[in-house]
Amino acid sequence: MLSTIQPPRYLSRFPLRGRTKSRSFHILSSAQPVTKTCFAADQSQILSIRDSLLNRHLSAVELTHSYLDRLKQTEPHINCFLHVSDPDKVLKQAQDIDDKIKRNEEVGPLAGVLVAIKDNICTADMPSTGGSYILEGYRPPFDATAVKRLKDLGAIVVGKTNLDEFGMGSTTEASAFKVTANPWDLSRVPGGSSGGSAASVSARQCVVSLGSDTGGSVRQPASFCGVVGLKPTYGRVSRFGLMAYASSLDVIGCFGSSVADTGILLHAISGHDSLDATSSKREVPDFTSQFTYASSLKSRPLEGLRVGLIRETVDAGVDSGVKSAIEGAAAHLEQLGCVLKEVSLLSFSLGLPAYYILASSESSSNLSRYDGVRYGNQASSDELNALYEESRAKGFGSEVKMRILMGTYALSAGYYDAYYKRAQQVRTIIRKSFKAALDENDILISPAAPSAAYKIGEKKNDPLAMYAGDIMTVNVNLAGLPALVLPCGFVEGGAVGLPVGLQIIGAAFDEEKLVKVGHIFEQTLEGYNFVPPLVTDVGGASPEL
Amino acid sequence: MGLPGALPVLNSKVIEFAVKLGLALNCKLSLNSKFDRKQYFYPDLPKGYQISQFDIPIATGGYVDLDLPLEFGGGHRKFGITRVHIEEDAGKLLHSGNGDYSQVDLNRAGVPLLEIVSEPDMRTGIEAAEYAAELQRVVRYLGISNGNMQEGSLRCDVNVSIRPVGQSEFGTKVEIKNLNSFSSINRAIDFEISRQALLHSQGQSDQIVQETRLWEEGAQKTVTMRKKEGLSDYRYFPEPDLPEVILTPEYVDSISNSLPELPEAKRRRYEKMGLSMQDVLFLANDMNVAEYFDATLSSGADIKLAANWIMGDIAAYMKNEKLSINDIKLTPQELAELIASIKSGTISGKIGKEILSELLAKGGTVKGLIEEKDLIQIADPVEIGKMIDKVISENPKQLEQYRGGKTKLQGFFAGQVMKLSKGKANPGLLNKILLEKLNGQS
Repeated sequence: MLSTIQPPRYLSRFPLRGRTKSRSFHILSSAQPVTKTCFAADQSQILSIRDSLLNRHLSAVELTHSYLDRLKQTEPHINCFLHVSDPDKVLKQAQDIDDKIKRNEEVGPLAGVLVAIKDNICTADMPSTGGSYILEGYRPPFDATAVKRLKDLGAIVVGKTNLDEFGMGSTTEASAFKVTANPWDLSRVPGGSSGGSAASVSARQCVVSLGSDTGGSVRQPASFCGVVGLKPTYGRVSRFGLMAYASSLDVIGCFGSSVADTGILLHAISGHDSLDATSSKREVPDFTSQFTYASSLKSRPLEGLRVGLIRETVDAGVDSGVKSAIEGAAAHLEQLGCVLKEVSLLSFSLGLPAYYILASSESSSNLSRYDGVRYGNQASSDELNALYEESRAKGFGSEVKMRILMGTYALSAGYYDAYYKRAQQVRTIIRKSFKAALDENDILISPAAPSAAYKIGEKKNDPLAMYAGDIMTVNVNLAGLPALVLPCGFVEGGAVGLPVGLQIIGAAFDEEKLVKVGHIFEQTLEGYNFVPPLVTDVGGASPEL
Repeated sequence: MGLPGALPVLNSKVIEFAVKLGLALNCKLSLNSKFDRKQYFYPDLPKGYQISQFDIPIATGGYVDLDLPLEFGGGHRKFGITRVHIEEDAGKLLHSGNGDYSQVDLNRAGVPLLEIVSEPDMRTGIEAAEYAAELQRVVRYLGISNGNMQEGSLRCDVNVSIRPVGQSEFGTKVEIKNLNSFSSINRAIDFEISRQALLHSQGQSDQIVQETRLWEEGAQKTVTMRKKEGLSDYRYFPEPDLPEVILTPEYVDSISNSLPELPEAKRRRYEKMGLSMQDVLFLANDMNVAEYFDATLSSGADIKLAANWIMGDIAAYMKNEKLSINDIKLTPQELAELIASIKSGTISGKIGKEILSELLAKGGTVKGLIEEKDLIQIADPVEIGKMIDKVISENPKQLEQYRGGKTKLQGFFAGQVMKLSKGKANPGLLNKILLEKLNGQS
């Protein structure tokens, strides 16, 4: 598939202001193929890094320094991290990788890749607070399976990112410790609950990051921060080590600056885990085998792909700027050969109340273990019930308390049938309607949120308005389906505009199709630069290889 | 521990055990069952909920057949089993002597258990105690538990209520905890029945409230532990971390085919063999004894004789030495050999008893010992006659006394002949010939 062979050149996507993007692609030297398929290095930071390291064009230490410097410079503005790894330790890991490469020893496919981990995912050598006072200083005795798999492949964990407490929220304002700012506009929220992970990738403080998605917590911040967010099918990735919010809805998801990177990351962490009885035994296809580089694409590479635009997501209540960005994305897909039609999911609006009942109910149960007795912050008290009450009253924030109360109520005697059971029945209806739509269409598309990032503090005192913003994302969790969000345009706001993400929803376990379509969409999208000005403003080395 | 991010995983053995138990208790198995969370706060419950089975337990609607011990009047009973379900254990609380503090031991938290709930079919303490003992037998026979109450492998709580004769509605039930043996089950229930009956007779039946009481072994009475004001709301909902349990008919059949003969079947079989109820209960109720007995029979031993030996001399030995039947050195095959040897006259019954103790303590074979110690019974009349002659000739005085009317001296002569023969003389023959000689008939 090589039409010309040129020595690799490191295309910088910087410094480019405004909405232009370079269109040249570079082909790997055939002397050292990095993937089985030919793949242009700059479509994936991960592969680009691997190429540079193995070709000795860059050392892991140099790469790490450049990311850590940028982290240091941007962090006071955006506050993504609750804990940053000791730089000496991180550099030592990088040095070990360089040493191995020098000795011609094998290194893992993620060697030298800096990863940030959302703080509700357990890391044994770092605090894991879940964004809550009740776990202040808690150090887990084990790594989450997803973290372990990344480390085994050579990734370097650069720190733990900020989140809404225990994953409950859409802005990171509900973190007990700090509020993360959106790199596109520091007065705005990055989205939530995985706001820190999204902003960190957006600000190029790390290459990729892990988040969690229960009702949209990876996809909505991806949209707000202009990065790619990939939510896998429920059961695709082990939940072991993810602090449970709603057990039947939670998944661990991936953030990256390109679709390819999120695909590579997802592949690394997917697969059955005997420690998670809900993890699927289904084989994990190589998501990355779907990538082709743009210049070798046929003129209509997605010819015949049936795309359903969910009508209920472009109705009233959606920002006009978002609507036109989605329409633009839809048009782009048609140019690529897709067959677009509108799909109506009549049960769509039922998702939000069903989600909040189910998620609150399960969370009220999952958070019962936080009682101050065995770990975390303990209030001093002479009597058992007072110990429980004080520890939890002081340890939990108000959003968490509200959901525990709602959930306890929904499960209580006399109300279970009317709320919890009924919500589960609605869930079945929603799942069936998505399945029917995905039998007729290869993918479904919608916005990831009804608006772009809003101001910090704007929805803090109006929880229902905040919840309403989840309408685009919760149904996907209820149905257990995979979804990809990638930036597709801008709306007015901030210095250069605020990014908007397109959500692509697939059938269960069909992440492969999402990554393929997303990658082609991304690589053929012209005229947009999705790196926030903050990154160039702080100067320093180009973040992209 | 209920650590953040930790998830439960199902232990497949407990499913196997649950199916075994459900079949052994004649239950209907739920081919599709699920788990639920039972929610409450307590220091021994690290997650703040217990994984259990609420509305679809793995087995329902069974029964046990048993026989009450003869010393309590005997009789056959059949008690219903409402359900068998799987749940996880909580931790253990250890309270300090002076009540200043309590400690939580979480080692057993999360270990799977089987809970068996009976129908309220028992009417006396002994019925309940025997029911519990039968469950212990069943789980031991199935090999799913050692059923030791002292170790906590088998735990028991009871609910007791009484009602006036003729009333069909049950009275207020009272729960009793801290029952650590079958006899405490028996005594606690009988105590509680009389406590409630007394209140009734005094016109204070409204003092019987739904509560949990503790059995105090020392004082031999129940005392209030905590009053239950209405039922707790456990806010059950299906456990999302564990998938449904689906049993295939093939799986159930394979387990069903592998079940051993259970106590009830064994008892009925022994009864049919002609053994008395007392024998039946002794032999069938201990799995090891039953196995020993069956092995002895299959080596050809006579049923009644085998039963007698086991229940008599062997049981006495075991009691003395504080051994179980698995520890004694006498094998069932050798016991059968011993019985056969006595029955055939090879050795006398007395010799048999003597070598029994050696066989029990040291093992060895019957044939071997007979040979080694030259124990074969002397049954030749001529030889016996010679010995008798010798004894008589050595004891003329006694002979004269005997012939003078002291016929009791026959025992003396018999003893001397036995001694001379080193115990080997056939007693029947000995006495016959002795009598003849003493009376001057030969």
